[in-house]
Amino acid sequence: MKEGLRLSMAWLHTWSGLLVGWVLFMVFACGTASYYRDEITLWMTPEMHQASLAPVDQDVAATAAQRALEQRGAGGSRWFVTMPTERDPAVRVGWVPKPNKGQGQGQAKAKGRRQFGSAAVDPATGEELGKARETRGGDFFFRLHFDLHYMPVFWGRWIVGVCAMFMLVAILSGIVTHKRIFKDFFTFRPGKGQRSWLDAHNASAVLALPYHLMITYTGLVTLMFMYLPAGLNAVYPEKADAFYADLNGGPARDAKPSGTPVALTPLAPLVAQAREKWNGAPVGRMVISLPGDANAQILMTRQESQGLSSQQPSITFDGVTGRLLSEANKDSGAMQTRGVMYGLHIGRFAGPMLRGLFFLSALAGCAMVATGVLLWAVKERPKHLKARLNSNSGGVGFGLRLVDGLNLGGIAGLMLAMAVFFWANRLVPVGLAGRPELEIQCFFTAWAIAAVAGLAWPVRWMWRVQLVIGGLLFALLPVLNPLTGGAGLATSVAQGKWAIAGFDLVSLAFGAMLLWAAKRLGKVKLAKAPKPQLDKLDKIDEVAA
Amino acid sequence: MAKAVARVPLKYRLDVAVRALAAVGGAYAVTTLAVTALALTLPGRDVDVVLASTLTGLAVFPLATMWSFAARSALRAWAGLMIAAAVCGGVIALQRALGGAA
Repeated sequence: MKEGLRLSMAWLHTWSGLLVGWVLFMVFACGTASYYRDEITLWMTPEMHQASLAPVDQDVAATAAQRALEQRGAGGSRWFVTMPTERDPAVRVGWVPKPNKGQGQGQAKAKGRRQFGSAAVDPATGEELGKARETRGGDFFFRLHFDLHYMPVFWGRWIVGVCAMFMLVAILSGIVTHKRIFKDFFTFRPGKGQRSWLDAHNASAVLALPYHLMITYTGLVTLMFMYLPAGLNAVYPEKADAFYADLNGGPARDAKPSGTPVALTPLAPLVAQAREKWNGAPVGRMVISLPGDANAQILMTRQESQGLSSQQPSITFDGVTGRLLSEANKDSGAMQTRGVMYGLHIGRFAGPMLRGLFFLSALAGCAMVATGVLLWAVKERPKHLKARLNSNSGGVGFGLRLVDGLNLGGIAGLMLAMAVFFWANRLVPVGLAGRPELEIQCFFTAWAIAAVAGLAWPVRWMWRVQLVIGGLLFALLPVLNPLTGGAGLATSVAQGKWAIAGFDLVSLAFGAMLLWAAKRLGKVKLAKAPKPQLDKLDKIDEVAA
Repeated sequence: MAKAVARVPLKYRLDVAVRALAAVGGAYAVTTLAVTALALTLPGRDVDVVLASTLTGLAVFPLATMWSFAARSALRAWAGLMIAAAVCGGVIALQRALGGAA
């Protein structure tokens, strides 16, 4: 019975992992990149590389934000302020613009995305920072990893959610089926074909197993009310808005304007008041609803670097008198649990060391998914070769060929496309209309070509071609950077701008790794596998399948 | 290729299909019922109850899926899910009846 369970779970592990493996690889890879979303955005706006913003007090930053918003977002229904942090010293302001009567809003709604205005301003003066090129920057990978692209957000999120649930099942069944979890952790037998792939899969999976479980489960938690609305519907029948108001605190989303224009109270003293409540901890975000109206309210949330949880305490003020309206501490067990899960997934609390560790664990996750789908093909191949020897007809089967092709386009092709995205960022002319979308089109075009080529020639030399192109593109990014207006490695290291230097160094390392993989692929010859070994592989298959 | 297809008996394919249906549709139905039953039963503030039941639901789903493939036969897989669904449904009916009376 126990062996039966292990076998059935091995089967489930194989198929739940393989079916969605390529989507998962993309989600993992783009999610990994999102740990350095701000740094990627900085690298992709070389105009900002020389900018240096001195840190200022929070009340100064709040005044600057208010000035910037009064100039840009007057009459808007909501304003958003993200206060400066160590990683991002600018104040980011956003606003929902005054509705344009008629079709303007209808169009925006039909697209499923509301139109926002946004700007990065100097926290000392409120002046907009030097006009940088338009780009989605790191946000592109962040959005892609749960919204996908070229489809409504609703469907993208459902697809990613289903894949994430497959992943959770694959991880759990993988644990059940694993016999010697501790011993395998120290086992790596390189250059032994299928055994090496299995060892690599085990090592990358077990090494960061708590991380993989955490990131998959917490990823589902971030969107759980979309995937599992049953609890919400049972307790708040047809009152989802009331639930979110209870959950997040602050003014209701559908607050109505009074129509009486009254000036917004100065934000700076309220920031000081909020910080006093939080023992001096800084304000992270402000949401001002109905600014300039008699019904204005100001919601302030504590900065997320102050604890694991994303559910930070918040305070609501009256937007006219500045009176404290309500405080939400969000300290019940369930709220803290959900907040910590959410917080763990987005990792905003993590300092440089922990962020680095998360990044490495996530890379192990990418390796786990990639070695998993590759292992399936490696295991399957001898069966097909044997069948071909026996029947003397046909090539490898359709299934294996498809998996080979998808592996190529999904792994090597994606990495190549990510590099192309960074090149497009520097080579697409600045000031071109629809520039951000053009960068994205370059990414998807490169990926599509790689995927089609991979499906057409799912063979070793195509792996080498794509790995070499991707490797060269990544490795040369540090050269491209200073040539196209950015701060090169010599400058960024000398000035201690580690965000920019780090991007260049990681690109270099990544490029070198891809080139090394291509070189290694050239050395190992498939034909070398002697025939007796094929029989041995069959036996391993029988045990594993 | 045609040979490889023929080697897999139809009975096996049907078994996998029935289990897969249980693992996706059946498991989602059981999860939804379990979350609803928990949400109606757990004590505490409304918002906490919703959070606790939904967080639990995310763990119920993969367990139900694994059960669908671990059970000795496809029939047993479905039977297990049915029992779980019946228990949750009973709790929901009971809570609704009590809630209606109160």
